[in-house]
Amino acid sequence: MNKVENNKAWFLVLPMLVLVAFSAIIPLMTVVNYSVQDILGRSAFFVGSEWFVQTLNDSRLQSALMRQFAFSFTILAIQVPLGIAIALLMPKKGWQASAVLILITLPLLVPWNVVGSMWQIFTRGDIGLMGYGIRQLGYPYNITRNATDAWVTIIIMDVWHWTPLIALLCYSGLRAIPEAYYQAARIDRASKWAVFRYIQLPKLTNVLVIGVLLRFMHSFMIYAEPFVLTGGGPGSSTTFLSQTLATMAIGQQDLGPSAAFSIIYFLIILAVSYVFYVTIMNMQKDKAENNAGGA
Amino acid sequence: MSQSTITNTQARSEAPEVTSSSGLTRAVSRQKGESVGRNRFLLSIYLLFTLLPIYWLINMSLKSNREILSVFSLWPQALTFDSYIKILTDPSWYMGYVNSLTYVAMNMTISILVALPAAYAFSRFKFIGDKHLFFWLLTNLMAPPAVFLLPYFQLYYTVGLFDTHIAVALAHCLFNIPLAVWILEGFMSSVPKEVDETAYIDGYSFPAFFIKIFIPMIRSGIGVTLFFLFMFSWVELLLARTLTATNAQPIGAIMTRTSTASGVDWSTLAAAGVLTIVPGILVVYFVRNHIAKGFALGRT
Repeated sequence: MNKVENNKAWFLVLPMLVLVAFSAIIPLMTVVNYSVQDILGRSAFFVGSEWFVQTLNDSRLQSALMRQFAFSFTILAIQVPLGIAIALLMPKKGWQASAVLILITLPLLVPWNVVGSMWQIFTRGDIGLMGYGIRQLGYPYNITRNATDAWVTIIIMDVWHWTPLIALLCYSGLRAIPEAYYQAARIDRASKWAVFRYIQLPKLTNVLVIGVLLRFMHSFMIYAEPFVLTGGGPGSSTTFLSQTLATMAIGQQDLGPSAAFSIIYFLIILAVSYVFYVTIMNMQKDKAENNAGGA
Repeated sequence: MSQSTITNTQARSEAPEVTSSSGLTRAVSRQKGESVGRNRFLLSIYLLFTLLPIYWLINMSLKSNREILSVFSLWPQALTFDSYIKILTDPSWYMGYVNSLTYVAMNMTISILVALPAAYAFSRFKFIGDKHLFFWLLTNLMAPPAVFLLPYFQLYYTVGLFDTHIAVALAHCLFNIPLAVWILEGFMSSVPKEVDETAYIDGYSFPAFFIKIFIPMIRSGIGVTLFFLFMFSWVELLLARTLTATNAQPIGAIMTRTSTASGVDWSTLAAAGVLTIVPGILVVYFVRNHIAKGFALGRT
């Protein structure tokens, strides 16, 4: 669409800008302020990049970051294919479609700490269905002692919690494909795989980018669920970035280093968002060009 | 049975091509029937996986603590609603739900009101700095609340909003307004610009056009946006807990009360958890017809 050039549009954006700036810029500037000062009681000294150097060399941050990437990529690798598969399996119309939609959406609307509590109850060896069941099968399942068990459980929990988002995005993407495409495929006697590869998947690219973007950044912020389920343990095997930071800022009152940590954390996310932003914008441009060419 | 039908058809029809083609259709539809059955089966396995933890939570909430810790059973042996009665009659418990719903409603109202004109500006006009502004918005969507915890606490404490509903509502605007702008922009861009132009020729002023014509056209988009706003504000706890103490404490923070030195009150914890899912079910029920179309966020 050709947009009209009009700087009065700023007036439409202004209320939004004021509100978001209040919530975003003031706290961000406070963090920047802390990150370059050493605060002792009422007096503050300018220390420059000291906290940044210290934080970057902090093994806690480094290992939390590695765990974070491992976690984010694992859940993406499971949730994206699983989400697509579920979207393909969902009924297309009738009351079954509504019922399945409502049931599948449920996990998305459970508060994050309740997700943690729910899985804590579900996986406990003494009272939980999953924990008790696995122990009955002869495996000494224990998420508070065994790091592998804790990891696997957190990943299953996240798959339970967030696969619906990918599934719903793909489902609505699939609904937008005109029936004529499928008819043409039937005339060509295209195999199911060919239909998926050449009709459905290309139409899903847009929604999948949105889904992967949302999932990636939320997995990077994950806090409440592992905090409630495992408390970050055993040891620090399931302590991800957010929790490391929260412990530092609130628990230990290390204002300077935790502010430096915040900024590094924010920069990582910023870099990733930039990559996604450029990808989305290019996709929209390609689409616009294709449409213009077709017309 | 099916064979006899085929013979009947063959006997009745005179042209052999018709028979063979109807046989083919039958074979295809039988194959389709099998794959529908398999799809149903696979889907039910996934639904079972989705529902089991929720079922277990409900199961726990209907047992007494003594029963939970003494016997392992797949359903309550002695059904009891004590935990629910306790939560729904004790103000220090049920006010948590009221507080959470209050700030969620405030946040939804504020976010949608400021996001509608902003999204319209992004979808229709080019203006100085528009792309940078949009990117900056997206980065806020990704700002991890943990980064802002301490500054938020200090900011709201300084301006005297600490422990009020509006503080949490404003704090959630950080990620909800960008999200709303982003989703609405997609829906608005799929409305042809000729609609705007025709309305102006017909003598509509901008506000009249926007409220009477444009907003009704993107109803399902607004529905989906509200769903997302509700979802992210309802489920967020970190900021909500940091910015409140007693008057506006969300239910998620109150739930931590169930674990004491003498052990965890599993039954009450489970009942409180079950009750937090109820508003979500109501919201999905209302938007269920928009989900299929709207979840693609106008970007298919």
